Amino acid sequence: MQLHDVWFVLIAVLWIGYFFLEGFDFGIGVLTKLLARDRAEKRVLINTIGPVWDGNEVWLLTAGGATFAAFPEWYATLFSGFYLPLLLILICLIIRGVAFEYRHKRSEDRWQTNWEHAIFWTSLIPAFLWGVAFANIVRGVKIDQHLEYVGSLFDLLNVYSLLGGLVTLTLFTFHGAVFASLKTVGDIRDRSRALATRLGVVTAVLALAFLIWTQVSRGDGGSLIAMVVAVAALVAAIGFNLAGREGWSFALSGITIAAAVAMLFLTLFPNVMPSSLNEAWNLTVTNASSTPYTLKIMTWCAGVAAPLVMLYQGWTYWVFRKRIGTQHIADAH
Amino acid sequence: MDLALAPETLARWQFGITTVYHFLFVPLTISLAALTAGLQTAWVRTEKEKYLRATKFWGKLFLINIAMGVVTGIVQEFQFGMNWSDYSRFVGDIFGAPLAFEALIAFFFESTFIGLWIFGWDKLPKKIHLACIWMVSLGTVLSAYFILAANSWMQHPVGYRMNEERGRAELTDFWRVLTQDTALTQFFHTITAAFLVGGAFMVGISAFHLARKKHIPVMRSSLRVGLVVMIIAGMGTALSGDMLGKVMFKQQPMKMAAAEALWDGEAPAPFSVFAYGDVDKGHNKVAIEIPGLLSFLANNDFDSFVPGINDVNKAEQEKFGPGDYRPNIPVAYWGFRWMIGFGMASLGIGVLGLWLTRKRFLLPPGLRTGEDEVPHLVLFKKALSPKFSQLYWLVALWTMCFPLLANSWGWIFTEMGRQPWVVYGVLRTRDAVSPNVSQGEVLTSMIGFTLLYAVLAVIEVRLMVKYVKAGPPELTEADLNPPTKVGGDDKNADRPMAFSY
Repeated sequence: MQLHDVWFVLIAVLWIGYFFLEGFDFGIGVLTKLLARDRAEKRVLINTIGPVWDGNEVWLLTAGGATFAAFPEWYATLFSGFYLPLLLILICLIIRGVAFEYRHKRSEDRWQTNWEHAIFWTSLIPAFLWGVAFANIVRGVKIDQHLEYVGSLFDLLNVYSLLGGLVTLTLFTFHGAVFASLKTVGDIRDRSRALATRLGVVTAVLALAFLIWTQVSRGDGGSLIAMVVAVAALVAAIGFNLAGREGWSFALSGITIAAAVAMLFLTLFPNVMPSSLNEAWNLTVTNASSTPYTLKIMTWCAGVAAPLVMLYQGWTYWVFRKRIGTQHIADAH
Repeated sequence: MDLALAPETLARWQFGITTVYHFLFVPLTISLAALTAGLQTAWVRTEKEKYLRATKFWGKLFLINIAMGVVTGIVQEFQFGMNWSDYSRFVGDIFGAPLAFEALIAFFFESTFIGLWIFGWDKLPKKIHLACIWMVSLGTVLSAYFILAANSWMQHPVGYRMNEERGRAELTDFWRVLTQDTALTQFFHTITAAFLVGGAFMVGISAFHLARKKHIPVMRSSLRVGLVVMIIAGMGTALSGDMLGKVMFKQQPMKMAAAEALWDGEAPAPFSVFAYGDVDKGHNKVAIEIPGLLSFLANNDFDSFVPGINDVNKAEQEKFGPGDYRPNIPVAYWGFRWMIGFGMASLGIGVLGLWLTRKRFLLPPGLRTGEDEVPHLVLFKKALSPKFSQLYWLVALWTMCFPLLANSWGWIFTEMGRQPWVVYGVLRTRDAVSPNVSQGEVLTSMIGFTLLYAVLAVIEVRLMVKYVKAGPPELTEADLNPPTKVGGDDKNADRPMAFSY
């Protein structure tokens, strides 16, 4: 295994980390309209991710930075090619971050309501668009001999990628509902569990269709295993949720995300962005990567820093391990 | 294509707008994180309530500010790929690594520990909670270092070789990229300038309250901290600026010649106080100068030769082929002056403030004030009249903006002064843009970001004003009795959280 293969795996790990963590953040954002009955319940939901959402989002920045450093051509083609969807994601993430921090800073009803709308939409849109983006990467897009994306925005909107978007949206919302049932107490806990079951069924139908489509059109032995793990974990997550075992259910909805993302990366390898025009123009781990020297430095840095990050981020979850309910929300702002 | 709307021009405007805007929040974040941590340390060590109230007050303003810094920073991470894909392909092997280091080391620090700090008042023992804000502060400083190392490589590329076959620059010595003198002096200069922003911010807001005789104990201490920080940081900025200038005279003579509108080399070379010139003809029409000073700034020698714009342009034409290698001279010239002018003006107002509010030194005993009194402003032997006192408080309030303007102009100067290069001497800006991104797409994103940023600026400033006016909060029982174990004491399971969104 060469260093650029290691980095292919590490980039996959970063995206898995991002979708696992911000997956439930996005889900919580969507649930503020789907589940919460009043402002107090909205605030309970938002506060379950309050101390952690910012750290979760850094997984995205790290995935971006690491792609830039390890696969500059991939970074360049992807972000210049998927220009407008990415722009929309960035604008959503900007508004969303500010919404979390500023919503409670004024007591006017209109101010708070506006930010609450913002939290819902800016969680829902990226949750959908990330699926569209990754489905397109796997499907292959119009890349020319100079490794430039030459398609248009409308080339990115096809049945397969839109289905991919629906899968991430429902999967993240399900993951979020399970997370809410794990982190809250009182009435909202019961309702989030009931909602999670229904969301789980919808997710299962969509995910099964998408994953089978992926497997049939471009899968191999490895991706098949990942797919089976993803589907089994999803079914088990729904089962544990029904049985009221919230911790297990959450771990398994997390494994679903991890296995599904792993499956997409397995179907890609050794490509990082296949060209739909000509196989010779695929971006691969070799023609898109940095020099071994740069990759070696990056490997050292990741080897030291990444375990530390997981350690102190994990500690944060432990510090804020207590469930919260409406009684824990002060009126102060 | 019309030059004014060429993708290169639009992409540069977008980069300029988003980066200058982002950098309004960055220096305040860097300095306020450390200052808040310092105040909280004073609380933990002395247990004086005024320090805890100060921590909460400045901490709240810090949070309003850092929220904007964080979200506008996301754009920076992806903008290179979106608008500057050829740049990314060309430099990714070198430039990507510090960016990845920044995310992996600094951003995780900042974002994780800020969550712990915001929500941790009733969840963490006092000292661990204090350690969290120090970790945030460390994160902000590390972040600055890595991104400045990356920028320094664009100013002065080192530790690389050209791979002609793949048409890109490749890293050969990462240690040199991290430790070259450009990176170290830029870091020194940027950090000191950041603390000048934070010091002036504290002074301005303290002055606002002291002029109204409100929240005196907290604001009196804050004023003093702010003034001292402002003066040390101001002197540090001047010193590091001089060092950086000397580095730039060697590495980018064109930038410094443009900064001085020095058209033709001279020995000794004068420092320009005011100039009005004709860019096409390559000379000044009006010039007021201090003889020899530029030679000294460049080389520590009043008689040395400093090359002019026309000389460097000719030399670069011989080296890189025909073309115009001059940056926008008026922007470089005035940017340089606004940077120094606003920076040094704030240092001056800080020095004046520290002298006027001195506690004992050469102060008539009758004019000394207690901790809960507004300090008298004493020039020599007598306190200033109420009218002049109010005037100083007002000047101090508006001085808040000066270091921010100096920071912005500093960046505009150093980035525009490097043109037409994006990586000096290696890659031209026009060869760095994304070839496949249309004019419409860049225009959409530029307008989108600009409008969004404008709306957010209004929201942010109004929120800041609201919390500035509200003053330091009253302390609660819970504030004064922090938990003794991690996760919080569970005396009352239904007690509301100390802080919630």
